[in-house]
Amino acid sequence: MSDAAVATMDRKPMPGMKVYNMKLGMWVFLLSEVMFFTSLIGSYIILRFAHPDHWTDPGIVLNVPLTALNTFFLICSSVTMVKAFAAIQQGDQKGLKNWLLATILIGAAFVGIQIIEYAALSSEGFLPMLDAYHAVGRGNPHEGPSLGGPLYGATFYAMTGFHGAHVSIGVLCLIFVYFRARSGAYTEESLAGVEVIGLYWHFVDLVWILLFTIVYLI
Amino acid sequence: MTEQEHAHPRYILIFVILLLLTLAEVGYAFLDLPKLMLAVGLIIMAVWKAALVAMYYMHLRYEPRRMWILAVSPIPLAILLVLAVITEF
Repeated sequence: MSDAAVATMDRKPMPGMKVYNMKLGMWVFLLSEVMFFTSLIGSYIILRFAHPDHWTDPGIVLNVPLTALNTFFLICSSVTMVKAFAAIQQGDQKGLKNWLLATILIGAAFVGIQIIEYAALSSEGFLPMLDAYHAVGRGNPHEGPSLGGPLYGATFYAMTGFHGAHVSIGVLCLIFVYFRARSGAYTEESLAGVEVIGLYWHFVDLVWILLFTIVYLI
Repeated sequence: MTEQEHAHPRYILIFVILLLLTLAEVGYAFLDLPKLMLAVGLIIMAVWKAALVAMYYMHLRYEPRRMWILAVSPIPLAILLVLAVITEF
């Protein structure tokens, strides 16, 4: 059996769900991830309802413009990822490598900005273990009194931290896929690896879209 | 038509819509409106964006119907999980 035939079989839709097994496996994994992030978001909602005094209005403590820029980066990386997949669908090896590299760089930039954000917030005293956060935020008109309780920081770091870990793992996986692409491992008929990591990457983007709204804007 | 044969969606158009929705969200979040109205508007825009990513970038729109059922299956469970505990307050 030729390599091409094996590769084609690799993406052959299976009876039942009518998609190939790797893709089905990734979807099932992502659905478990939905429940994981739901537990975080659900905890956040419940805690916020129970202790509204621990939170402040958007933009006072958290840096919304910086995070909006980071959101823009992650959306851009979804475009570059889908462009990488579209490139290999047309057999464009150079396009695949370039778009994958762009995705890696933008994803790494997202993580870098998140680290900068954490450093700035922690230097201002925004930490989950404090009884209350008193630091002066961006354009904060409430200088002096508490700017929220410990639940604000705890939920913020838990939700954005787990998401950041997912992005970091995604970047590492993309680097692996990129080096496989450089060695010519993917073709028009054998692109399951690119499609499956793409699904994971878009899911991470999707989760961030929700987290950005819930954590930073509401 | 199989999953691989569908025409490519307009990825850049989706990107522009996502970008505009993000800008709209940031602008809307700082309007002087009741908190509930702000939250509902922001969640609608966020879900809209998430749906665009799932449908076009994750190609869910072009998957078999049973994949749709699989993909939305955790949503009722997620709602149940939150509602089951939120009633405590």
